[in-house]
Amino acid sequence: MTSTSSTNIALAGSRVRRGLQLLWRGMRSTPLVYAFAIGGSAIFGALTVVVSRLVGWATSDVVAPAIAGDDTARGRIWWAGLVLAGAALLLAFGVWGRRVGATWGVVNISALHRRRLAQAYLRLPISWHRAHPAGTLLAHASADTDAATGVFNPLPFALGVVVMLLVAATMLLMMDPWLALAAMIIVPLTIVANLIFQRHMSPAVMRAQALRGEVSDVAHESFEAALLVKSLGTAQVEEERFALKADALRAAGARVGAVRALFDPVIEILPQLGTLTVLAVGAWRAHVGAIDAGDVVTAGFLLTIMSVPVRSFGWVLGELPRSLIGYERIATVVDNPTQLTPGTAVLPASEVGLSAEFAGVRLDVPGPDGDVTLLDDVTLAVSPGQTIAVVGATGSGKTTLVSLLARLVDPTEGSVTLDGVDTRELAAGQIPSQVAYVAQSTFIFEDTVRANVTLTEDTESHFTDEQVWAALGLARVDHVVRSLPEGLDAPLGERGSNLSGGQRQRLAIARALIRRPRLLILDDATSAVDPRVETAILQGFASTSTTVVMVAYRMSSVALADVVVHLEGGRVVAVGTHDELLSTDPGYREIATAYEAETQRRTALLDGGAVTEAEQEGDA
Amino acid sequence: MSEIADSAELTVGQTLRRGFQLSPEMARGLTITLALAVVAAAGRVVVPLTIQTVIDDGILSEHGPQAGVVARTLLVAALAMLSAAACSALVNIRLVRRTEAGLATLRVKAFRHVHDLATLTQNTERRGSLVSRVTNDVDTISMFVQWGGIMLLVASLQIVVSTVIMTFFSWQLTLVVWAAYVPLWLIVRNGQRPVSRRFAQVRERVGHMLGTISEAVVGAETVSAYGIQRRTAGRIEAAVEETRVVQGRALVLVSTIFSAGTLMVNLALAIVIVVGAWLGVAGNISAGQVVAFLFLVQLFGGPVQMATEVLNEMQNALAGWRRVIAVVDAPIEVADAADASDSPRGSAAVSFRDVRFSYPDGPEVLHGISFDLPARSKVAVVGETGSGKTTVAKLVTRLIDPSSGQVLLDGADLRELTLASLRHRVVLVPQEGFLFAGTILDNAAYGLRGERSASEAEALVQAAFETLGLADWLADLPQGLLTEVGQRGEALSAGERQLVAIARAYLAEPDLLVLDEATSAVDPATEVRIARALDSLTTGRSTITIAHRLSTAEASDLVMVIDQGNLCEFGPHHELVGAGGVYSKMHAAWVAQTR
Repeated sequence: MTSTSSTNIALAGSRVRRGLQLLWRGMRSTPLVYAFAIGGSAIFGALTVVVSRLVGWATSDVVAPAIAGDDTARGRIWWAGLVLAGAALLLAFGVWGRRVGATWGVVNISALHRRRLAQAYLRLPISWHRAHPAGTLLAHASADTDAATGVFNPLPFALGVVVMLLVAATMLLMMDPWLALAAMIIVPLTIVANLIFQRHMSPAVMRAQALRGEVSDVAHESFEAALLVKSLGTAQVEEERFALKADALRAAGARVGAVRALFDPVIEILPQLGTLTVLAVGAWRAHVGAIDAGDVVTAGFLLTIMSVPVRSFGWVLGELPRSLIGYERIATVVDNPTQLTPGTAVLPASEVGLSAEFAGVRLDVPGPDGDVTLLDDVTLAVSPGQTIAVVGATGSGKTTLVSLLARLVDPTEGSVTLDGVDTRELAAGQIPSQVAYVAQSTFIFEDTVRANVTLTEDTESHFTDEQVWAALGLARVDHVVRSLPEGLDAPLGERGSNLSGGQRQRLAIARALIRRPRLLILDDATSAVDPRVETAILQGFASTSTTVVMVAYRMSSVALADVVVHLEGGRVVAVGTHDELLSTDPGYREIATAYEAETQRRTALLDGGAVTEAEQEGDA
Repeated sequence: MSEIADSAELTVGQTLRRGFQLSPEMARGLTITLALAVVAAAGRVVVPLTIQTVIDDGILSEHGPQAGVVARTLLVAALAMLSAAACSALVNIRLVRRTEAGLATLRVKAFRHVHDLATLTQNTERRGSLVSRVTNDVDTISMFVQWGGIMLLVASLQIVVSTVIMTFFSWQLTLVVWAAYVPLWLIVRNGQRPVSRRFAQVRERVGHMLGTISEAVVGAETVSAYGIQRRTAGRIEAAVEETRVVQGRALVLVSTIFSAGTLMVNLALAIVIVVGAWLGVAGNISAGQVVAFLFLVQLFGGPVQMATEVLNEMQNALAGWRRVIAVVDAPIEVADAADASDSPRGSAAVSFRDVRFSYPDGPEVLHGISFDLPARSKVAVVGETGSGKTTVAKLVTRLIDPSSGQVLLDGADLRELTLASLRHRVVLVPQEGFLFAGTILDNAAYGLRGERSASEAEALVQAAFETLGLADWLADLPQGLLTEVGQRGEALSAGERQLVAIARAYLAEPDLLVLDEATSAVDPATEVRIARALDSLTTGRSTITIAHRLSTAEASDLVMVIDQGNLCEFGPHHELVGAGGVYSKMHAAWVAQTR
């Protein structure tokens, strides 16, 4: 599903070049809308000149003679009014087209950015997500998207009046080259002003946008920690933490505003100064007799009606730095090449469990002081239908090992194969169709119980309610669901906030079981489940030939495994049955003994006999 | 339980008043800013006037072009323009500064308020959506207050001035012009409500969209492991598309109203020409006056158009403002009473007096519970799922208040104590300890009360880990106290997160600990550490444990058995175990299970 996103969207070249690219690509992404918008703007530009001409005609040829007593002129009063009204209507239509076009342009481009971001978020691997706080990722879809599209609001206006400017320039040139020169002098001045502006604006905006991300980060993290904040009474601490960022954003925003505050009046005053220059030069040229006084009047009038449209260029220039920064922040994410590119191989459907093999697997991840090796030289074969328990101290690499099987990460060296096929060669969707991975911390979607188990939209679900109930039953969570008034349709709060930790975990197990996977990976996923239930689930699988790889802590579960793998510091130190390891591996014996010492504390959990859970109104 | 409203139900005036009240910085120095804005606006009129003067008196003069007049007028005009530009720069800077300050204050207030809300209220809104209220929605306001408000005032001023001048020329035509603008006024006026409604929809949809994206981002592992990218993408796509459509519709309406304004400005010209001509024919007005009047109509039309634009922009800002105000004004159910006093430190005794509790719109879950827990005692609360034992923990920590009855700490009703002093004395350790992205040191030091220097904090944290018997665990970590825990602490295992959470609670030095016992299995070595650390943590403190394991109950001084919202048994383990009640049965079942 991700192979199409190979073309980069980043802009290249000088700032001017990147600015033009940004505008051009934006318009090209929704061409009809921009054709409409620029068309509307052109009508507006043309009609603005027409209306002023018509007013001139109506006063000199109709109103004045009519008042002076001309009867034919009197007869034309209504006619003049109607013609003007018609022009007004057309002009308003132009404005409407321009504005509506600009609107849809901006919202379409915003939606495009958001879609690209969403695709990137879904494509980028877990390692990337761990390094990027959620708040920043949200800010890309809001503040940065708003920034990136800001320039498109005044764009059609500015482009539509290009025609008007060309007409005006030609008219001036035909009148007198000196007059034209006087009018054109503002062009280089505007460019110089803009260059200075960009130099100050870009770093200021970059800082402000980065801080928007950070403000969003603090808010997101702090709200996720709401219960902790409440239980420790640290709302004041959080307020200060947030206020620090909010104040930095205030200062950055004020800085951006100050640069803009100085630039806007300069850009506004330049055309006005141009008008004055034209008048001065015009007066001189009229004085020497090169042009007549009427030409100066026309020139002055021309510049006056154009003052607002010319300002629209200033708006575009003023928004451009912010848009470039916003766009570049988005492009950094969208263009991030990190991805687990799927291959084309297919795993045949089979009733037999999957076989899996690690061959010389090494996995390094970047750390603060160079690479850290999480797994080293792991070679291991898992036969179809086997139940493998992965045992080891915290940080020995258990989670990393099993996550390779679901291809949440790729090995740095060596290979991981499923039924003899390298996981990197499997086509998209192949692994999830045959492998079910239940993570340490379960994630519940804000949706119904049913959707959380099937993970499909109700309309396209190929799971029947019976299957859902069966899976819930196997995970021993069906009685909880039955006690909810809406049953399978019961809505679960965000992150499953209305369930206890144990209930969430069992729901996640049901989610895996309904898929009837050929390989089931349980990463400490039954930790909150009663040992007897865990045993029942595992025994259920023993009879179905599903291959099971589990990270386990309970000896009761470990004892059920066909093979136990003992990891230490990212290396496999021993592989064998529980009894074999007990007699040959002193490290394993230590772990097992430590367990025995804890038996009294751990054996049985109190709640409800068969299952463990906090109360239903739970850990809000 | 109250919910955070999508949007505060406030009129325009109320919203603005409340908004300015929440961000007092925005009103500061406004008079001077306004005065400067008027000067800047007056400067804008200078250009057309100079052009008029230069042309009429300089170039078209009866005696041919007058160089002196032209030069003088142009010089005056240039000076006026420069001062106007300076004024407008000054106005912009002043507005930006004060607005940013005001909005920062608003952000912080809204943020704080979210934390002050009851946990139940917090859970009614998605995190992503709450985040959008303190980020995006606040940003929406800034556009309007930075230029819109001033523009509106200046435009109104311009409208008044041009009306006065128009009346001076011809009161009849002035009436006609005003009459011509009546339809526009009606359109704008009747348009405000739908515009406001659509912008409110936009803000709401944007919040929803961010909530949806937040789910995909936080649940990335699940999405990836189950290969449900397409479905997740579908949901985001739907949310993005809804936002696009709603946003587009809102802005099309705004554009249409604006275009109506443009139409009216130009139609007014046509009307003035027709009516002016008839008035002239009737002898009421000269041709020159009609021409001058046409110029004035254009001067009048500009600000009218500007005003319609600003009014629409205002609705957008108001929509954002109302959403932020809805957060700030959501009622805080658990708050300090006016005469609340600090709870003095010391060993804590807890009593319940006929405590009843029901969730809003829900059945009663506690049916009148009374008990006394002596200071320094260790109590285990046991009971079946849904019996109400977690509710007891929430009442003791005052996350909720009882529907009736009293919860007493050292004889004082919790509602008479300040929350700050209560939270210092009573600390809840939830089942799953949340860690912030940062180091272990940062997270443990989070429990420390009061200002500490960095070195002092580090020494205290180090000492805490030693006291809790966790020094060896810490020593095994590559970076020790400076080990990064990752987003939400995910770089550590569940057991390790608990260890840090215990150290954090220890450093908070509570008098009463409320532990929601974690049920997650962890590796045996960590399990031993947790048990040892918990022992040190609870030594010398009153402790209430929501127990999920009978072994915990066995080791406690007192056991409290909650059954279907009633306190059915209360006493030491050895007494209850043989009493033949609920606890006896539980224990028998457990013993049978362990065989």
